[in-house]
Amino acid sequence: MSNNWIEVCAADAIDEEDVIRFDHDGRTFAVYRSPEDDYFATDGLCTHEKIHLANGLVMDNIIECPKHNGRFDYRTGEAKGAPVCVNLKTYPVKVEDGTVFIAL
Amino acid sequence: MPHFVIVGAGECGARAAFALREKGFDGEITLIGTEPLAPYERPPLSKQALVETIEPKFVATLERYQDQSIDLRLDTTVAAIEPADKTVKLADGQTLAYDKLLLATGASPRAFPGIDGAAKHIRMLRTHADALALRAALYPGQHIAIIGGGFIGLELAATARKLGANATVIEGLPRVLKRGVPEEIAELITERHRLEGVDIRCGVTIHTVREEADKAAVHLADGEVISADLALIGIGASPNIALGEAAGLTIDNGIAVNERLETSAADIYAAGDCCSFPLALYGGRRVRLESWRNAQEQASLAVANMLGDAGEISAVPWFWSDQYDMTLQIAGLADGATSHVRRDLGDGAFILFHLDANGRLLAASGIGRGNVVARDIRLAEMLIAARAHPDPGALEASSVKLKSLLAA
Repeated sequence: MSNNWIEVCAADAIDEEDVIRFDHDGRTFAVYRSPEDDYFATDGLCTHEKIHLANGLVMDNIIECPKHNGRFDYRTGEAKGAPVCVNLKTYPVKVEDGTVFIAL
Repeated sequence: MPHFVIVGAGECGARAAFALREKGFDGEITLIGTEPLAPYERPPLSKQALVETIEPKFVATLERYQDQSIDLRLDTTVAAIEPADKTVKLADGQTLAYDKLLLATGASPRAFPGIDGAAKHIRMLRTHADALALRAALYPGQHIAIIGGGFIGLELAATARKLGANATVIEGLPRVLKRGVPEEIAELITERHRLEGVDIRCGVTIHTVREEADKAAVHLADGEVISADLALIGIGASPNIALGEAAGLTIDNGIAVNERLETSAADIYAAGDCCSFPLALYGGRRVRLESWRNAQEQASLAVANMLGDAGEISAVPWFWSDQYDMTLQIAGLADGATSHVRRDLGDGAFILFHLDANGRLLAASGIGRGNVVARDIRLAEMLIAARAHPDPGALEASSVKLKSLLAA
């Protein structure tokens, strides 16, 4: 599969243990920086009620939906219990020369 | 095989049934609800469900109840509970023996004294069926009179405007959202409703509401009559205690439970809107919460205790309301606060942090577009749970990350 790498932002534009929203081509994503300084990306909307996850709180490797507190492991997209039961889609991320890219 | 019975198939009862299986309970589970629909989420009823014809937002598909061996009995009324025999009698005469019983009977809209809330032009809102009936009556040019300036009333006013209907909100108290929402936020919400064309009238006493000439007529104490195509009564809810009361359970603004959600009878638990419970975080004060998240959290806590895990209430009260493009979120209980500091988040969004005389953070209330206040309210909730005494200057300065206060 040939990845189409899309530029997201400067690596330091995302704080450690935080998330930003990234919109591209009519789609919305959430891009994370973990406490270990690794970068990850998932679909931007919660699988429960399509709420933007980037307004939520990142704690360790968990993103919590700002509306109903549904939780996902943003590294794998795994749903961590009610009210969310459908996993988030994840996307490959790379950092090159201080810039974050997402593969779509 | 042990048999656990859950009376009430709303958010709380349904979540409890699934949580029992998630925690490995392999006995029988019977989940009993009076509505004909499988358990669904109620928050959309005052919002999206009125704007589009939508299916109820079901907690789970019917197949999932089957897969999890949950005996879901809909359209079923419980006639009585016999704690001494540990049985539940259904209205159809059947008797079910239980080993543990969970009451998640919810709440019902409070009736306006002497008013029939199920009349053609005078309604209340609790169920999906209520929302469908209401939806049919809301269309452009119609006038809806909303009795009560609480969350349901204001959410409905916003929805009515979205549908092109006119709305008058009639509140007896001097301002809207008097219960639990700080004045600064209530003012902002009032202003927004007025900009959207809602007529908000506070400090108004209603004499009666009745149907007249195929309309609803709201008669005010001063003689004025507000005529509307539909009057909607949203003056709060009362806990459904009848079954518990008849069974001899202690009642105190709801079915009284302890911090483990145990009622006064052995092996009977209560959770969600129907129960009152002590909040250790606020000096053991007894509260009753009508919120989606409380229903979820108590379902999970009740299940833990039914299975012998002995968990205690530690959750911070939390809820939200959506009106237009704004969301209000409140964590904690602000009564007892002697001061507050304001943190501005930009674009008109802000959070008020409510502190007591010793500087302890008791509550945080925020409002803004979309979910912009959510993250900081969530962090505030964690500070409240930790009984933190954060530096007011740091709370005020949006340049200081709340997460950094949590670590301190």
